[in-house]
Amino acid sequence: MHLYRAHVLVCAGTNCSLKGHRAVRDALTREIVGRGLGDEIKVVETGCFGLCEQGPTIVVYPEGVLYCRVKAEDVPDLVGIHLLKGRRVDRLMYREPTRPVAVQTVPELDYFRKQVRVVLDNCGVIDPDSLEEYIGHGGYTALARALEDGPARVLAEVKASGLRGRGGAGFPAGLKWEFGAKAPGPIKYVVCNADEGEPGTFKDRLILEGDPHRILEGMAICGFATGARQGYVYIRGEYGLSISRLEHSIRNARELGLLGENIFNSGFSFDVEVRFGAGAYVCGEETALFESLEGKRGEPRIKPPYPTEVGLFGRPTVINNVETLANIPAIVNRGAAWYRSIGTDTCPGTKVFTLTGDIVNEGLIEVPMGMTLREVIYDIGGGIPGGRRFKMAQTGGTSGGCLPESLLDVPMDYDKLAAAGSALGSGALLVMDDTHCIVDVARVFARFFLHESCGQCAPCREGTLQLHHILDRFTAGRGSREDLALLGRLAKTMAGASLCPLGQSVPLSIMTTLKHFEPEYLAHIDDRACPAGTCRPPAGGMKPAAAGNGRRGY
Amino acid sequence: MSVTMVSLTIDGSPVQVPEKTTILEAALAHGMYVPHLCHHPDLKPAGICRVCMVEVEGQLLVSCRAAVAPGMQVKTSSPAVDKVRRAAVELLVADHDADCLACGKADSCKLLAVSRYVGIEPDRYETLRAHRLRKEVDETHPFIRRDYNKCVLCGICVRTCDEVQGVAAIDFAFRGYATRVAAIGDRPLQESVCESCGECVVRCPTGALLPIGFEKPAREVATVCPYCGTGCGLVLGTRGGKVVSARGERGHSTSQGRLCVKGRFGWDFVNHPDRLTTPLVRKDGELVESTWDEALELITERFARYRGRQAGVFGSPKTTNEEIYLASKFARVVMGTNNIAQVAHLCHANTVRGLIPVTGSGAMTVPVWQIKDAACHLVIGCNPTEAHPIVGLEIRQAVRRGTKLIIANPCEIDLCRLPHIRLPLRPGTDVALLMGMAKVILEEGLLDREFIAQRTTNFEAYAESLRGFTLEQAEAITGVSAELIRETARLYATTKPGLIFWSMGITQHSHGHDNVWALAHLALMTGNYGKPGAGIAPLRGHNNVQGATDLGITPPWYPGYQFCPGYELFPRLDKFKSSKEKFEKGWGYELPDFPGLSTVKQFHPKAKGWGPGEMWDLENQIKLWYIIGADLANAVADSKGVKRALQGAEFVVVQDIFLTDTAREADVVLPAACFAEKDGTFTATDRRVQLVRKAVEPPGQARPDWQIICEIGRRLGYRGFDFSSPAAVMDEIASLVPAYAGINHARLEQEELRWPVASPDHPGTPVLHMGEFIRVGKAEFWPLAYTPSPELPDADYPLVMTTGRNLHHFHHVITRRVAGLNDLCPEDYVELHAQDAAELGIGDGDQVTVSSRRASMVTRARVSERTMRGVVFKPIHFCEKPTNALTSAEHIDAVGTTPNTKVCPVRVEKVQSSA
Repeated sequence: MHLYRAHVLVCAGTNCSLKGHRAVRDALTREIVGRGLGDEIKVVETGCFGLCEQGPTIVVYPEGVLYCRVKAEDVPDLVGIHLLKGRRVDRLMYREPTRPVAVQTVPELDYFRKQVRVVLDNCGVIDPDSLEEYIGHGGYTALARALEDGPARVLAEVKASGLRGRGGAGFPAGLKWEFGAKAPGPIKYVVCNADEGEPGTFKDRLILEGDPHRILEGMAICGFATGARQGYVYIRGEYGLSISRLEHSIRNARELGLLGENIFNSGFSFDVEVRFGAGAYVCGEETALFESLEGKRGEPRIKPPYPTEVGLFGRPTVINNVETLANIPAIVNRGAAWYRSIGTDTCPGTKVFTLTGDIVNEGLIEVPMGMTLREVIYDIGGGIPGGRRFKMAQTGGTSGGCLPESLLDVPMDYDKLAAAGSALGSGALLVMDDTHCIVDVARVFARFFLHESCGQCAPCREGTLQLHHILDRFTAGRGSREDLALLGRLAKTMAGASLCPLGQSVPLSIMTTLKHFEPEYLAHIDDRACPAGTCRPPAGGMKPAAAGNGRRGY
Repeated sequence: MSVTMVSLTIDGSPVQVPEKTTILEAALAHGMYVPHLCHHPDLKPAGICRVCMVEVEGQLLVSCRAAVAPGMQVKTSSPAVDKVRRAAVELLVADHDADCLACGKADSCKLLAVSRYVGIEPDRYETLRAHRLRKEVDETHPFIRRDYNKCVLCGICVRTCDEVQGVAAIDFAFRGYATRVAAIGDRPLQESVCESCGECVVRCPTGALLPIGFEKPAREVATVCPYCGTGCGLVLGTRGGKVVSARGERGHSTSQGRLCVKGRFGWDFVNHPDRLTTPLVRKDGELVESTWDEALELITERFARYRGRQAGVFGSPKTTNEEIYLASKFARVVMGTNNIAQVAHLCHANTVRGLIPVTGSGAMTVPVWQIKDAACHLVIGCNPTEAHPIVGLEIRQAVRRGTKLIIANPCEIDLCRLPHIRLPLRPGTDVALLMGMAKVILEEGLLDREFIAQRTTNFEAYAESLRGFTLEQAEAITGVSAELIRETARLYATTKPGLIFWSMGITQHSHGHDNVWALAHLALMTGNYGKPGAGIAPLRGHNNVQGATDLGITPPWYPGYQFCPGYELFPRLDKFKSSKEKFEKGWGYELPDFPGLSTVKQFHPKAKGWGPGEMWDLENQIKLWYIIGADLANAVADSKGVKRALQGAEFVVVQDIFLTDTAREADVVLPAACFAEKDGTFTATDRRVQLVRKAVEPPGQARPDWQIICEIGRRLGYRGFDFSSPAAVMDEIASLVPAYAGINHARLEQEELRWPVASPDHPGTPVLHMGEFIRVGKAEFWPLAYTPSPELPDADYPLVMTTGRNLHHFHHVITRRVAGLNDLCPEDYVELHAQDAAELGIGDGDQVTVSSRRASMVTRARVSERTMRGVVFKPIHFCEKPTNALTSAEHIDAVGTTPNTKVCPVRVEKVQSSA
């Protein structure tokens, strides 16, 4: 095996790709080969590194120096100064918003210091297209161990770990596996839900882009534990890079006999196919996902029966989120006790969050369950840009609730966030500063649901329309107190009468804005005024804002 | 199987229901209303309207999806339920047109019922309505109007189309508030696989789906559908003396409320302005309006002149049993002739005549409702979805429940959408295919030896006839691989009970009776007779063609399959004694003793194949025809010859409801009443005798056929034609026809009867041949041999034309006068395989010339892959492009006298545009 004296890791996640990582990669390769360093220094494309805001990012090892916003023009300096002369290129180094000094290496970053990387262990480190690199980092040893231990022990370990479903509902994964394992029948399925549709959520995409084999390994272990021989990854059709890496990885794993017939000569056979979603938000709901995967219109089924009894193609099916499955190899390898040492009692382990909105470090992070909102936003996220004031954070995506400043110290796990009137959900964390009008924000939420309601059940189909119109009236200065009462009534109806979690959760986001920011609503209704100054209707109605700063984001 | 009962309380009242019942069903069954919209008893629960919520232990449950549990305490109304439910209903109502006063569904609207029950608050409702979008009403379909402004998206139409009809032509399209029901690609319904059956319209809970031009009837009359022989229960609505609506009768065991497009929407011909309203008499070469007196006087004078062999009488399978009986009696008594014929001679005569010497009867062995009880269906030479749609539905339902389906047909019929084995045989090679199957069953010992030994005779002769025949020969003749024949034979022989469906593809051959024998033999050798769900289902084409063969408008027998003299000449019929004496006694007149001529032979006396050699070359001998309800000028093969014969006759009387092409050749035309204008009975394909009830008066001076026949009989001085009502005629039928002996109109008001009904206290015979074969005791096998069709393709006429019906039309006369059916299928076509079309340079929709050795005509090409290569299909419905001008009447079947219309060599050429 050839040894290199240095590795240059170039993030090839979606966000860095969009910011032009290819040009940087090509320039690096050209420069290194051109200077005759091809045998000494290796350029590696990796998955997401996390600091999406700062992309394209590269890390130079062995020192672990992080360079941000790198352009092709910077490459001669990087090679000439860092890789040849051993000095650092100061101007490209990351600056913490809280500290004036440029940060030297990855472990020194506040952004990384508070993170615990289980799921993202390999992301940004290995070449996701290289099965060898995955194996080099311990890949597929968990599957081998599982096959030795037998299904019962694997099941027991996953149950003991306390792992809860990371798709949003937080159902105990081990219990679900147990139901799947106990379900009778010769044919069962494992489905990986990668139809990540929650606005502001892109963790599954980056996990799949950065470490696709981890998911395949997790699915194979799940198949072994529950008695399934076939797995499907249902993935958003828009996730081109995830899809190509996943399909490439499936081919490689098959070639090495890590998927397919008689894996490791154990008699266990398991294979995975990738199926694409077609852009419907509701297909992230597991039963609508099955309908779509079966080739039908994506509409939720009524539960019970639950998927572990009647799932895909009418067979018992264990369906897990990408992040849930990504936890499995680590749990099998390192044990439930280790896993429980991370996070909180009721929610062990880590949680991957995607930080978006008015936050300095937009990106992908992984932290122990139970970290407070404040720590995540200020210590890792770097706070609110431009010195503006925090207004609210929405957790769990558009169907999650909004939290005001007074709730910044809520520990983030399933139960505590639910108690605070929100939801952990998919791990999206949207931060907004005080330039946003909360009523306008709620209107945008409503518009999203209006667009994404599947139309099957009446309360959701008709209710989303009505919610949107009421909020529209508010922002146009035409709302009334009666409308406000109607809003509450509709929300209750939708929560109580809708068929699936989509309609049932619509009220959460909208009603938490009302709960925490009622005066702002009343200003729109009683005074025809928008305190944030963003609501400017085309004609009549709204008074001009007295002291707003006039940013209109939507 | 005992049903476990569950006890629970609903609103405090204890109720008991079978386990797995839903809460909603439990409440409704006990007379407690729970508001609901998307629930329908025929359909699986959907749970999408969210209106049927109830409270169970503090939890809100959607009652149509929640099963009852022991001890459950259900509240159908509580503050929590009422509040959420009212708000949910308000949302729906707010998005609904509130023009209830003008809505055709107002008296049965479920949304209205639900809203009244839950209560709507007007103020809030107005607020919610503020942003409502008007949607365009879809009126592109000739029969079905879809108003999206009244649709609550309950999905009942979508589920009906899938679960009841097995068609799945519609589904939800788009998403969220834009969601609506649409056909594929959001194209008009008629461009999809929609069969226009209207079952969705029937079940729609609101005014979203209504028949176009819907008028509420003043009165409804339960009767029987006048189209095919399935015998569906039809409820006609009348108003102002006109038929204005039709619906299926839900309690009817055959159709269970279902109807096809023709039955549901095809009643408008009754009101058509073209209906004949006065007698017409030919004067100076022209048919002119006349009076009954003048017409009847003329008839009386001429009818007395040409009797016996010079007279030909046609009865009609569209008329009632009573009228058919009278036609048979009239021909033999008044006209002194056995030349009494009907259009069944062009279709199932091979079945009916062919099977009498084999199993004693050619009738369907089981009721239509037992189709689902068969484990295997062999569907050969028929297309039930289009020609017998409700039978097609029963087959679909059965196959969905696991019945195995074998389809033998040169065309890819609609049933091919179901899981099946298909045998794409060359037209006219059925005997070879069926002998191949029999050979496999024989060789592999898949026989029912006990059944053969106990209930049949002559099996050895049959087995001997198979000895020299090989599967390789079968493959060479039929084009179906030996392996596929073997697989099919095994499936049929081992999956019991098996039911064999056939229709014109089997019988319209000059060797049609061989086909029929081969099929009956398959059923016999596997013991598929005399058991529920087992046997044969020869699907009869007309509403009362079963009755027409039962009651003797055919030369060989008087009413009730009781033979005339002269049929000793014919194979196997010698064992049936002549009933001449019985009927001479019963009718009080001496009856003719010569064998009469059936349909083809009356017009084409030189047709070969039937009877002793001297019968193959007769001279024209008929000088007078009395034709009741038959458009023979289009229906009979080689139709030009028919017109020539009619023109050459001395006197022709046609009695019909429209001026058909046949009537145009008549000297006197008599206006008759149609099915909706008279009382009587029809006998369905499954032997069920049903009452037909008068709904409206006949137009103008039109009269029921039974009155006209009797009037002529009386005027000619004959006794036995003075009946007060059709019921009295039925009483005379019962006195002379053993199978109808126990049938009278009063019983039919109360009971479902299938013949034989031996006496007034006999319960009828749902399953035929239980214990022993009727009339013959033991069934008898016949040796088989394959005979090729007489006219085969050659270089000049390289394609084989096969003919038939399509879904939207029946024949030439009736459906062509229903505007909507004409919209759905407006013109003639010839359907050919895409590869044949490509080789001929023909594109879909091109004008083409179809030529046979007899005629040539221009029509439109329909290019598909439904027919097999080398085969073209042409429908029979368009008399302006008369398909039977192309077909041949040169060869007819030796037993059934059916012409060979299913194998007609033709040439198809593209019409070169002169520009």
